[in-house]
Amino acid sequence: MKKLFLNLIAMITLATVAHAKLNVVATTPDLAAIAREIGGDKIELTTLAKPTEDPHFVDAKPSFIVKLNRADVLIEGGAELEIGWLPALLDQSRNEKLAAGAAGHVLCSQGIQLLEVPSTLDRSKGDIHAAGNPHYMVDPANANIVAQHIADALCQQDAKSCDAYRANLKKFTDALDAKLVEWQKTLEPFRGREVVAYHNSWLYFGNRFGLKIDLFLEPKPGIPPTPAHLAEVIKRMKADKVRVVIVDPYLNRKTAETVARNTDAMVVDVTQFPGGVKGTEGGYIQMMDYLVDSLAKAMGGKKQHGE
Amino acid sequence: MKLKFIIGLSSALCLSAMTVQAQKTNDVEQLRRQFQQLQESFEKTVKQQQQQIETQQQQISALTEKLDALTKSQPAPKTDDQKKLEAQLAAELGQKGATNSEMAASAAALQQPWSPAQPLTIARAGSSYMNISFDVLMDVGGSTEADPSKQLELGDHDPSNNGFSLRNAEIAVDGAVDPYFKGYGNIVYKLDQNNETGVELEEAYLMTTSLPDNLQVKAGQFFAAFGRQNAQHPHQWAFVDQPIILNRTLGPDGLRNVGAQLSWLVPTPFYTEALLGVFNGQGGTAFSFRNEGEPVDGIPRVHGRETIDRTLRGPGDMLFVPRITSSFELTDEQTLVVGASAAFGPNDTGSDKRTEIYGLDLYWKWKPAKANAGFPFVSWQTEANYQNFQAAANLTNAPASFTSLPAETLDDWGFYSQVLWGFKERWVAGLRGEYANGNAGAYNPDDIYRNERTRISPALTFFTSEFSKIRLQGNYDHGKLFGDQYSIWLQVEFMLGAHGAHKF
Repeated sequence: MKKLFLNLIAMITLATVAHAKLNVVATTPDLAAIAREIGGDKIELTTLAKPTEDPHFVDAKPSFIVKLNRADVLIEGGAELEIGWLPALLDQSRNEKLAAGAAGHVLCSQGIQLLEVPSTLDRSKGDIHAAGNPHYMVDPANANIVAQHIADALCQQDAKSCDAYRANLKKFTDALDAKLVEWQKTLEPFRGREVVAYHNSWLYFGNRFGLKIDLFLEPKPGIPPTPAHLAEVIKRMKADKVRVVIVDPYLNRKTAETVARNTDAMVVDVTQFPGGVKGTEGGYIQMMDYLVDSLAKAMGGKKQHGE
Repeated sequence: MKLKFIIGLSSALCLSAMTVQAQKTNDVEQLRRQFQQLQESFEKTVKQQQQQIETQQQQISALTEKLDALTKSQPAPKTDDQKKLEAQLAAELGQKGATNSEMAASAAALQQPWSPAQPLTIARAGSSYMNISFDVLMDVGGSTEADPSKQLELGDHDPSNNGFSLRNAEIAVDGAVDPYFKGYGNIVYKLDQNNETGVELEEAYLMTTSLPDNLQVKAGQFFAAFGRQNAQHPHQWAFVDQPIILNRTLGPDGLRNVGAQLSWLVPTPFYTEALLGVFNGQGGTAFSFRNEGEPVDGIPRVHGRETIDRTLRGPGDMLFVPRITSSFELTDEQTLVVGASAAFGPNDTGSDKRTEIYGLDLYWKWKPAKANAGFPFVSWQTEANYQNFQAAANLTNAPASFTSLPAETLDDWGFYSQVLWGFKERWVAGLRGEYANGNAGAYNPDDIYRNERTRISPALTFFTSEFSKIRLQGNYDHGKLFGDQYSIWLQVEFMLGAHGAHKF
């Protein structure tokens, strides 16, 4: 029995040693998608949150402790996005490489200009993030900064593949820059248009592409829609002729459909995470393609319809 | 000569006339030029003024647009049928306005692209060195038993009175001590039946973060890692009261003591953790161990035996709590955690008497891939404990009724099983069933702590937000000693400040 146990341990240890690839854990699938672009097949990549689930409420499953324990690099979104579950996992992970401030712990929010940083902390305003709005990845300019962070961290942990990481970074950011011009061109005709969102997670996207996404089905961040609030939203949508309601996969689509029915608007399925909606599995750029195209289509279609 | 003169004169005249002519022409020229200049400057002025007017008009129209937009963004006067909504919405709209202006300000900030030369706006989270929170649980309700704390609600944080009780107001702190340790503290205040405040240092410990070989050490006063619920604070519980079998084996306050614990993350492909806690095992928070007990007839007793002050003579007199736990991802949406725990240590009924407790625990949770704010979910939690308590024969100073107590083994066993269903965002329905029993001891066959009991508890919890909740729970209690009893409790919780993330 004891011998069997020792053999088992030896096998596991051997398997771990034989595994020379850099072991990278990303908290959310958007960060993972960018890590994949930079790391390519030189990294072993694990994602903790599912693309379809609310990134604020991920269960701190014990299996994640194991994944973090064996990681060389942790990529975290930061700005309190993962505050409800990641700290408890890190406490138990016993991995010095991922300690706060360690080179293996990439805090992607660093260098990002966070918006809506509250001047006072007051929970009567709902569950507001003290660090600012953490849903910054849907602005490609921020994805660019995150890609640099990831490339820096991978280079530091795996110097011999650094050239490859740098080349991948250039390839990705070049593609992203070219795409950004294209995306802006696609959405340019809709500059200033208003779009209704379920939760306040589309501010950075709106700012980048000149869309006003400041009306929400939630009365306050984290507080589910109430009939009274929805009535007001419907009224404002009618007054402002808002024609598009966007819904993330984990939010209640039925509520959005009800609002859309009452306003002659259209529900558009959106996601901030590659794989969250069908047709976004291919990575960050494909996801942004999907978002830009489906919004342009929804707004364009409605415009013709209205005229 | 005359002719010459005439010619001369005439030519002179002519010349002078020509000069005059020339002079006149020059004046006109000059006048014209001046006029032209005047005209030009006039036109220029007019043009400039026109431009100014245009600019002003543009500004006015821009301002008008802004005003329009502002008017639009503000709630327009409502129709009669919306008057009712208006009152409800007033607070929300006030809020919304503030959010909009905040957003406009930040949108303006975004106009300037970020460059590495500019100062960074870094996450402000972690701007203080620790989380600090204040959490209050209060209960109101009643029971068919006059004093529920006598037989029904025996846990230290359970509702103790008919009417109101406040049995858990907790200050919790946690944070990184330095690169090597994390520190935790929990100070609990509770009001007793005389409304006197009791204070306990529930937990105060440090935990290592950077030991090699997947090891981790905890040291200080903390909850022993026995089973699942023992280490949770009452605000994490799914019901207002402590399960009966945990109350009987681990004690009304849970099993917590001053000591240290070593844990090892076993290198299996799935999560496995092996833990060993070593504690002094003394006092009421080591209920079944070196606990001097409550005074009966003026003498501190446990199970009728007068307790002795059994000092710690060596490592063998310490309380040992080993545990092993594993977790499996059954599917992408289902997680299972199983564990086995034990606790071994001396008890105070005699100089060589010991107690052993064994426990099994199971937790299963289903949460769909598209969960919003953690809902919906279904979870199932069960713990079963068995306790073997060696009681000594009664010692000196015994009143007549206690003199004949023999040395004997007291066995206790029982379980609880609870299902929670988060059927809708913010709503959780729960059902708990419990059973506990013990063999008949020579002392007091009617011991409420050891007699057969069953309890069924349905509960409905509404999480108003992540920081407050309201829970309604009914209890049907059945016991050999008290027959059928019914209770209903309403519990309210609120939390201020920043509270560290919870384990799964």
